[in-house]
Amino acid sequence: MAALWNQPDVQVAVWALLKVGIILNGMLILVSYMIFAERKIAGHMQARTGPNRVGWFGFMQPWADVLKLFFKEEFIPAEANRVIFHIAPMLAVIPALVTFAVVPFGPGPALVGADVNVGLLVFLAMSSLGVYAITLGGWASNNKYALLGGLRSSAQMISYELAMGLSTIGVLMLAGSLSLVDIVHAQSKVAHVFGLPIPGWYVLYQPVAFVIFMITALAETNRAPFDLPEAEGELVAGFHTEYSSMKFGLFFLGEFMNVISISCIAVTLFLGGWNGPGPASLGLLWFALKLALLLFFFIWIRWTYPRLRYDQLMNLGWKVLLPLALANIVLTAIAIQWVSGAAG
Amino acid sequence: MSGVIPLSWSLALSATLFVIGVVGVLVRRNALVIFMSIELMLNAANLAFVAFGRSLQSLDGQIFVFFVMTVAAAEVAVGLAIIVNLFRLRETVFVDEVNLLKG
Amino acid sequence: MIFLFAGFAALLVASSLLVVLHRNPVTSALFLVLAFCSLGGIYLLLQAEFVALVQVIVYAGAIMVLFLFVIMYLNLRQDVERGVQTAIRRGLGWLVGAVLLAEAFALIAKRWQVGPVSGGPEMLEGNTQAIGRALYTRYLFPFEITSLLLLVAMIGVIVIAKGRGGTAAADDSAEEKP
Repeated sequence: MAALWNQPDVQVAVWALLKVGIILNGMLILVSYMIFAERKIAGHMQARTGPNRVGWFGFMQPWADVLKLFFKEEFIPAEANRVIFHIAPMLAVIPALVTFAVVPFGPGPALVGADVNVGLLVFLAMSSLGVYAITLGGWASNNKYALLGGLRSSAQMISYELAMGLSTIGVLMLAGSLSLVDIVHAQSKVAHVFGLPIPGWYVLYQPVAFVIFMITALAETNRAPFDLPEAEGELVAGFHTEYSSMKFGLFFLGEFMNVISISCIAVTLFLGGWNGPGPASLGLLWFALKLALLLFFFIWIRWTYPRLRYDQLMNLGWKVLLPLALANIVLTAIAIQWVSGAAG
Repeated sequence: MSGVIPLSWSLALSATLFVIGVVGVLVRRNALVIFMSIELMLNAANLAFVAFGRSLQSLDGQIFVFFVMTVAAAEVAVGLAIIVNLFRLRETVFVDEVNLLKG
Repeated sequence: MIFLFAGFAALLVASSLLVVLHRNPVTSALFLVLAFCSLGGIYLLLQAEFVALVQVIVYAGAIMVLFLFVIMYLNLRQDVERGVQTAIRRGLGWLVGAVLLAEAFALIAKRWQVGPVSGGPEMLEGNTQAIGRALYTRYLFPFEITSLLLLVAMIGVIVIAKGRGGTAAADDSAEEKP
């Protein structure tokens, strides 16, 4: 047993499994309480209290919801493609979970799942795989509303992926690395302007990219005002019309998991990751604070803005965000060249 | 974890993939599946490029993969547009039912 | 490493065989996605991280979504493959495939001498930067030509998809006829 433990491969594997377990469970709890927070905040925005019966101020509500979902009857349409119908909800959760593997939650190698040198590309690849869940779920249900929702979503996600990928390039050019750990390190410099400390967060250097990233993040996660795939006024419930019980639960989980993973990436790329005042041991806390801020932003937007029309959505993606992201790249390149020319 | 993958293994895999693609093109009559088989063949070529690049310690192989991918993306876009148009004209995607030169 | 390679290779061959064998085009497309992802894994083992992830982004994330989109748009279900002609063609196809595979393996089994390459960029650890540098220096001209190729393809697709002479709106109304 000891001989086995001394092998580096085994140690790496055990560490990785431990990290996977912690991140998985932590994220599941975070998702359930984010749903709770969303209901509470929505309630207060609409001048009501939100769920308040189960436990202290309704604090046990997520557990009650999960139990309810588990015990509901599962229903599969007769003409559905059964295999794909089963696979689609899993595909909704897995890509979002894989993204967490490359997010640096805090300083030090223990708080990063894997510091790979193409971390940002892992995120982009996983977000591009997220389309499948919704498209296939909609198609396999064999229901016209579900199919329309699925097709809408694939068009929407492909359109917004481009602008999202391009908006991250400005950050890449400043940091000079695809590794998310390196990007966070590159933001740790603090400049002093007239004695005031200015953090080196890229949101200050790339404000346009940050705005584009957040808008496309809303669209990628199918959150309002971009929740056209499930527009209930016209499509009943969109791609998950035919889903019930825990399969619906998985779609729900996947949506919130995506919101959290994309917020983690936004914190890492633009808000300085775990950088913040105080000792490095506070890094995890700073990360959590920034993440909470962005999650609140997502909820806030959802209960504030009405849904876009389909043509407005496509116009915004292709005619506004994409050219803006390209212009941002060109300007960033010129600025970097100019600054380095002045320095050298 | 140690050990380098022999070049011949990667090449054998690439050859197998290519042959599967060829068989797909010859056997199937659905234009979309034929198209997917062509993608398989392109990827077999990519795998051979990467494997050779690895064994020769050169990046050229990986750079060629980019060009192949670009060509594949362009080809898929055009090809799918042609298939959609074909379906509009003939109501079929089976290549053996499209036997008239005039639309 | 060898075990991982064998696993990915088995997954790759099995899923690409199913692409060819499965009658439902949607399932074929999904197996092709799986094949591309396992090919990405093999690229990782061959120390081509950047290519591996670009493979997933471009093939699995964009090209195959386009395929699925078209299959769903045309509403294709099971393919029917019956008749003597189909059976003959299928037999011939597999025969050609077997011969080709035997030839390829015979070629690979020979001991070829691969000479060293000269002048090309060397493979280094963090290869993203090296690839970028090579693309923008040594391969600048082909790189620019691919951008032209993509532009031409884009224009071509728009022209083809719009149909003859009609505007997009007229085309849409024509589609709605059963």
